[in-house]
Amino acid sequence: MGYDSIVCVKQVPDTSNITGEAMKADGTVNRAALPAVFNPDDLHALEAALQVRDRFGGSVTVLTMGPPAACEVLRECLYRGADRVIILSDRRAAASDTLATSYILSQAVRKLARYDLVFCGRQAIDGDTAQVGPQLAEKLGISQVTYYEQLVDLSGRTIRVRRNVGNGWEIVEGRLPMLLTVLDTANEARPAAAKRVMRYKRARAPMELGAELAKAMPDAAPGQKEAEQARRLEPLKAKGLCIEQWDLDDIDADLQWCGVTGSPTKVHRVQSIVLTKEGFTAIAPTEEGIRGMIRDLIVDHTLG
Amino acid sequence: MANFFTDNDDIQFLFNHLDLAEIAAAQEDDFTQPEGRDYAPVDAADAIDNYKRILSIIGDVAANLIAPRAEQIDHEGNTLNEDGTVTLNPLVRRNLDDLAKADLMGFTLPRKFGGLNCPSLIYTMATEIVSRADTSLMNLFGLQGIAETINAFADDPIRNEYLPRFSTGELTGAMVLTEPDAGSDLQAVGMRAWQDDDGQWRLTGVKRFITNGCGEILLTLARSEPEIKDGRGLSLFLAERSPRIRVRHLEEKLGIHGSPTCELVYDDAPAKLIGERQRGLVPYVMSLMNGARVGIAAQSLGVAEAAFRVARRYAYTRKQFGVSIERLPAVAEMVTEMKIHIEAARTLTYETSRVCDLEYNNLRVLELNPPKDAAVLKKRKDRSRALKRLNGMLTPMSKYYSSEMCVKVASDAIQVLGGSGYMKDYPSERYLRDARITTIYEGTSQLQIVAAVRGVCSGAFEKRIDELEQANYTDELLGTLKAKLIEARQLVFKAIVFVKEKGVEYTDLQGRRLVDSAIAILVGHLFLSQAMKNDHKKAITRHFIETRLPEIHANVERILSGDRSALDEYAMLAGPLPTV
Ligand SMILES: Cc1cc2nc3c(=O)[nH]c(=O)nc-3n(C[C@H](O)[C@H](O)[C@H](O)COP(=O)(O)OP(=O)(O)OC[C@H]3O[C@@H](n4cnc5c(N)ncnc54)[C@H](O)[C@@H]3O)c2cc1C
Repeated sequence: MGYDSIVCVKQVPDTSNITGEAMKADGTVNRAALPAVFNPDDLHALEAALQVRDRFGGSVTVLTMGPPAACEVLRECLYRGADRVIILSDRRAAASDTLATSYILSQAVRKLARYDLVFCGRQAIDGDTAQVGPQLAEKLGISQVTYYEQLVDLSGRTIRVRRNVGNGWEIVEGRLPMLLTVLDTANEARPAAAKRVMRYKRARAPMELGAELAKAMPDAAPGQKEAEQARRLEPLKAKGLCIEQWDLDDIDADLQWCGVTGSPTKVHRVQSIVLTKEGFTAIAPTEEGIRGMIRDLIVDHTLG
Repeated sequence: MANFFTDNDDIQFLFNHLDLAEIAAAQEDDFTQPEGRDYAPVDAADAIDNYKRILSIIGDVAANLIAPRAEQIDHEGNTLNEDGTVTLNPLVRRNLDDLAKADLMGFTLPRKFGGLNCPSLIYTMATEIVSRADTSLMNLFGLQGIAETINAFADDPIRNEYLPRFSTGELTGAMVLTEPDAGSDLQAVGMRAWQDDDGQWRLTGVKRFITNGCGEILLTLARSEPEIKDGRGLSLFLAERSPRIRVRHLEEKLGIHGSPTCELVYDDAPAKLIGERQRGLVPYVMSLMNGARVGIAAQSLGVAEAAFRVARRYAYTRKQFGVSIERLPAVAEMVTEMKIHIEAARTLTYETSRVCDLEYNNLRVLELNPPKDAAVLKKRKDRSRALKRLNGMLTPMSKYYSSEMCVKVASDAIQVLGGSGYMKDYPSERYLRDARITTIYEGTSQLQIVAAVRGVCSGAFEKRIDELEQANYTDELLGTLKAKLIEARQLVFKAIVFVKEKGVEYTDLQGRRLVDSAIAILVGHLFLSQAMKNDHKKAITRHFIETRLPEIHANVERILSGDRSALDEYAMLAGPLPTV
């Protein structure tokens, strides 16, 4: 028995350690200047799925859409216990907004076919929209519970969860399959397991091997690189160390809903706010001191 | 994300500076271990990459899971139940579960028992990292020496039965040596080991101050030969937790509240003999304690690092007299001394671990795969003896130096914070309470000195310094510093000759000064070998050597004075015996 879960994760620029070069002149994120990390909420989504599997049996499949480098978060998932990982990578998917992304993910989930639960992090720290999870549920036509914090009960096809409603919580019951967006307060994400790390650090997607070979064999004759890639892939496959790789054709995606054409979002305006102050300001514990502080906060738009 | 491995520049430095490839090759039998364990490394680079990844995991677990729980654990401690069992604090339990989930509880065990097969040097780094997050948890994490001892000395059925379960974290152990009348003097252990009519060994008696005495596997030292009164009458036993072993008392302690310290009553408890009879204390327990001593040195490093970090930040942010207090000379000196001593102790401890690894793996080859060629065999054996002697000096030196260092650092850290440091609002007071134990258990500082003095006076020190003096430094400053160390060494040798003439009692009286001087010279050389790598290390090296030299002079002067008044005029100096 058991429950099969799909977890959607994303590799994001680490916006928690912003440096001077983090933003380009036009106000968009300079991804090159920021280290890429596992989107924090998604770690909790993965943990929630692993807990369901550890308790009830079943499987955890992780899906990520991104460039080849995003395989790193998939390896992280393997280190923590995921059973199967898939990278969705396609140049035609570049510049997808939340609508296009959720469409692509929904096609991938459909291809997986067998699933009881879909877990997403509440939101990604690069866009902070919290839209992809809910949109994905809509596209799949399944019910969703956002701001998941705790599994209260799961038996048969009925699930009961506690969700955070900001100033309290509510317990919601629904039928499987269901999509859940997970808060970072839902659990403590488990650490990577050392033995799995040593085993799966060698896991590679074919396109990663391709990129490595392109660097290592710049002057290869036509077909030579492909042959070498196939040769290296064989032992990886035999040991279960080949990361599955899908493109838009594999998931029967309609290209008009993908990438730039599938993305109606237009950025209206981006404001570049540079915090230059360092250290702290001493404020006298007097009426006058506090009044001065509030005045300063209003002037710099922190308040009001 | 916070990480206590990657955020520590000095550990990072030593990880890159030390010859890990040599250690890895020895540990992995030159990477000839049979395939099949799919996580075995294929070459040195692969092994080192694994070490780095393992330490990153422990750095993550320490910073993000363990450290946030430490304060509450310190407040609450563990609980003794009426039935003589102990319930660990739920947060201690979770710490252990997290470490087990991350595969970190079989750190040094061979892969065939589910372990990671890490060298002790990497384990030492890991231990330090855990201790920085929660010093008391190190006592449980650090008890992996129990499994190592079983692996080293027990027979196959016992190893197969227990070791895989240690690796998964299902079992934890305790080293059960101390009794009310046998503390520093373990030869006096009196717990009775006897065989019943079925030949089953049974243990009867009381043990006290046993860390994790509530654990599942109790490695117990007991007297199997009642007619032999000294250490040769002792054997080592494995007793499983059972209703015949009761925790009578859970100690209330100054610090390390997360670590349960138990008084145990054995009521004819069944036990299994480890290895051979009469070899319990020497060599089994001695070997266990040697590893454990390096562990305490690492524990000391961790708590010192934690204390230093709070003090360093506070000295930067706190303003008095219109400036950051770190600008005040007295505070600046405290902060820099803390840092220098932490790095000195780390260098010494890691060097000790490195030598442990060489010794252990050399022995392993001699036992499992002795070279056929007589000349090669002899060379290995000679090396084995030399490493053993060197280790016999380095291990007590590290334990002594690091533990005394961390007590001083933790105390000075409070001083830097002033009144705030004395309050519970900052973790500094906990660090001092936790640090204080390190100079006591696994052999007090006084006993470490007794052991280290032997090495200092018997040639091990001389031999090692001879080797270290071979290094050449083109850098002018380093050349000058090296010359000064050579000069200081001559002084120390004068003192060694002097105490040898004066006899054992005088040697013990001057032991601390001798060992301090020897450590200063040894660490001075180790620092010199690091100083070329970056400016920080060069500055540390210069400062360390320049400030230790006058201390060596003072020590030697004291030693050569021949003054033994603490002994000869004890009653006069100590005054009358107080009535209460
Ligand atoms: C928190 C805690 C946890 C412990 N955990 C364990 C454990 O897990 N397993 C275990 O078996 N034991 C454990 N112990 C016991 C510990 O190892 C002993 O307390 C320690 O070895 C000292 O013994 P003692 O307390 O009897 O002191 P004593 O031996 O009575 O020493 C008293 C003083 O005399 C000095 N002294 C004694 N002999 C000499 C000498 N030859 N030369 C110079 N000075 C000397 C000592 O340095 C000390 O200053 C633990 C103790 C504590 C406090």
